[in-house]
Amino acid sequence: MNFKNFKFDLSNKNKNLIPQVLTVLFILLLVIYFTINAQNNMGNRGISFGFGFLSQESSFDITFSLIDYDGSHSYARAFLVGLLNTILVSVIGIFFATILGVTVGISRLSQNYLIAKTAEWYVEIFRNIPLILQIFFWYFAALRALPLTIDSINFYDISFLNVKGWYVPKFLWTNFSLFLYSIIFAIIIVIFFLRYAKKQRDEFGKQFPTFYISLAILFILPTLTFLIGGVSLTFEIPELTQLSKTVYVYKGGVSIIPELIALALALSMYTATFIAENVRAGILGVSKGQKEAAASIGLTKGQILKLVVMPQALRIIIPPTTNQYLNLTKNSSLAAAIAYPDIVLVFAGTALMQTGRAIEIISITMLTYLSLSLSISVFMNWYNKKMAIREK
Amino acid sequence: MMKIAYFKPNKDNLKSTLPVGIFLISMGLIDIILNSLFNFNLTSFLPEKISFIAPLIFGALGLYLIRIEFSGNKLLDKINKNFNSSSFNAILTLLVIFALIKYVPPLLNWFIFDADFIGNKKEDCTSGGACWVFVKVWFNRFVYGMYPDAEQWRINSAFIMLFLLVGASFFVPSKYKKYLLIFLVFVYPFIGLKLISGGDFGLKYVETGAWGGLSLTFIVSAFALILCFPIGMLLALGRRSNLPAIRYSSIGFIELWRGVPLITVLFMSAVMFPMFLPDGTYVDKLIRVLIAITLFEAAYMAEVIRGGLQALPKGQYEAAKSLGMGYWRMHFLIVLPQALKLVIPGIANTFLALVKDTPLIFVVGLLELAGMVNLAKTNPKWLGMAMEGYVFAGLVFWVICYAMSRYSQNLEKKLSTERQ
Repeated sequence: MNFKNFKFDLSNKNKNLIPQVLTVLFILLLVIYFTINAQNNMGNRGISFGFGFLSQESSFDITFSLIDYDGSHSYARAFLVGLLNTILVSVIGIFFATILGVTVGISRLSQNYLIAKTAEWYVEIFRNIPLILQIFFWYFAALRALPLTIDSINFYDISFLNVKGWYVPKFLWTNFSLFLYSIIFAIIIVIFFLRYAKKQRDEFGKQFPTFYISLAILFILPTLTFLIGGVSLTFEIPELTQLSKTVYVYKGGVSIIPELIALALALSMYTATFIAENVRAGILGVSKGQKEAAASIGLTKGQILKLVVMPQALRIIIPPTTNQYLNLTKNSSLAAAIAYPDIVLVFAGTALMQTGRAIEIISITMLTYLSLSLSISVFMNWYNKKMAIREK
Repeated sequence: MMKIAYFKPNKDNLKSTLPVGIFLISMGLIDIILNSLFNFNLTSFLPEKISFIAPLIFGALGLYLIRIEFSGNKLLDKINKNFNSSSFNAILTLLVIFALIKYVPPLLNWFIFDADFIGNKKEDCTSGGACWVFVKVWFNRFVYGMYPDAEQWRINSAFIMLFLLVGASFFVPSKYKKYLLIFLVFVYPFIGLKLISGGDFGLKYVETGAWGGLSLTFIVSAFALILCFPIGMLLALGRRSNLPAIRYSSIGFIELWRGVPLITVLFMSAVMFPMFLPDGTYVDKLIRVLIAITLFEAAYMAEVIRGGLQALPKGQYEAAKSLGMGYWRMHFLIVLPQALKLVIPGIANTFLALVKDTPLIFVVGLLELAGMVNLAKTNPKWLGMAMEGYVFAGLVFWVICYAMSRYSQNLEKKLSTERQ
């Protein structure tokens, strides 16, 4: 019996080892084959592998940049510009997608037949049209139909929308850092206050109007800096100026380029449909008994929503929604189709064309996205662990 | 505390409140209809801002007056329950109705009533609505790309063959189904590709650069689906394997592809992949794109299938093992048939995402439907037709994707009832 067992184990070990060794060998051979070919190819073209080109002068311009940039800066700086533009459009997209998605998701559960149907059709329409087509639509069809600079759409004389983009007032701060610190300080105070309030509630059953108090703290502290801290804010409103007989431009203020508008619009409207479905599933996922039980112990409607329904619904909603945020960020790479200067267009497009360093540039681009995805999935795992139901 | 007593409609004063309410609502509706369709303002005697919200005030008052619980009238109760359960709901209802009245007629006018259907050049579009002549003239290109007109029967017959094969797989006895499936997955793709690309058997060779339009969308998504399925299955099994080398390489592969956007993968296939091949080898653009999309989708498919494998009760594995089955026999005869059935909706969703991703192949210069529209709208003879083109392409994609998502939802429902 013992002998038999031993023999069985041995054969099993071999059985396990062979496929593993084969897999590793296969991967290794593939990598070696590719490396040799790549070296040959690069040798033929007279380029050598390396990341030294990143510090060279880029000598191309980017139409839209959050930081100082022109052709005299390095490729690394161009990469940073592209990355920041990607982050900018993702943040804007996530912000509006969340608002729209939550609104639509709740509307789909509305008692009002018209509202529920409208929300449903919104989801069905925008979910089933390829995102790239929506981006094309907004950029080439809808935004191109806007009026010319001279007869822009006027929003209360402070912001103007025309075919060249959207011109909004620029904020001119004095002592901005003090204002920023006051906000950070206020947030810290609010966090401590919320902890204290939760402790009081858990231990003594005391209820604070936490929402109003934190709102007041968040509002009063920054206002104080205006009154006594010497912080002030003025606006630079864009003005129509005539360059020549027929050419008009808006000077001053901030101009939001149509590429950004189209991309943010399409991304948020497309992703909102998925978030709406998540929100709906989350709210439906909280069983009716929970609400009834909460009502039966005398909680008010607001309390039921805040203390019973939302914590459970959020547990269902947040993981897939984080996934959607990640998808939105990845989808922002479609910017390349309408020439919004994101990381793919600037780096994997223009910089690659100029340097011809396909392997380095594509690897950097992919690694950037990969590290973004991995960090979000690490965060999600942490969050899931934290939110998992702790069974006693 | 003093409570302000206000007039509340109830069953007793139904006779008086109902007509007044209906009158007010219809006033609001008539005002908005006249305003948006005939440009006539009923309440122009009022100040501008009040006149603007007048229909809303009328409608809200009217709806308030007819909000009677248990009125005894079934229709009224139904309306109140679905459209008018509170003041907030009433105002939302009114806003939606007003928005529909204001925006749907102009849209319909643009789309159908003012649109031009007859003609064959841009100048034939005179009535101010959509110029569907554009779509009509370019229709052939939108469907077949630059594929030569005389050879288009080849694409048609390849697709008819596919439909016949898929259709047949529903009817043949289950004994032969297996062979049909094997034929469909392993043999048909090559027959279809050969038929469309030509070169042998007296068929004229058509280079892949000429392929395009909607047919290319179908070709790419069908091939990618067929090819990514076995790879995804192996990856899913690999990720659940006990052997660390296999497990970690599967995880690495899956997470790598899932972490990057498809567009960078396509860029990679276009500029980086040729560097990895021996000098002078040329792999066709379409083949490279197919490989890239297949690997990309295989990673997603692997995760879907893994979900099915995980959902299967452990007893199934144990039962198979106790019968003395080995790893492959256990998976192919016991585990996978059940696991795959569980995830059919997930597979349908992956396929849906794949179809929606195909327009991206424009980055390597292949033009399917959306790409053809982009090309057509830059034609000097047809400038300014972007709206019509995108609306048409959007409509086509919408019909395909909506049908598929409905199908997958139905499947989901059907499968979930079977499980209970």
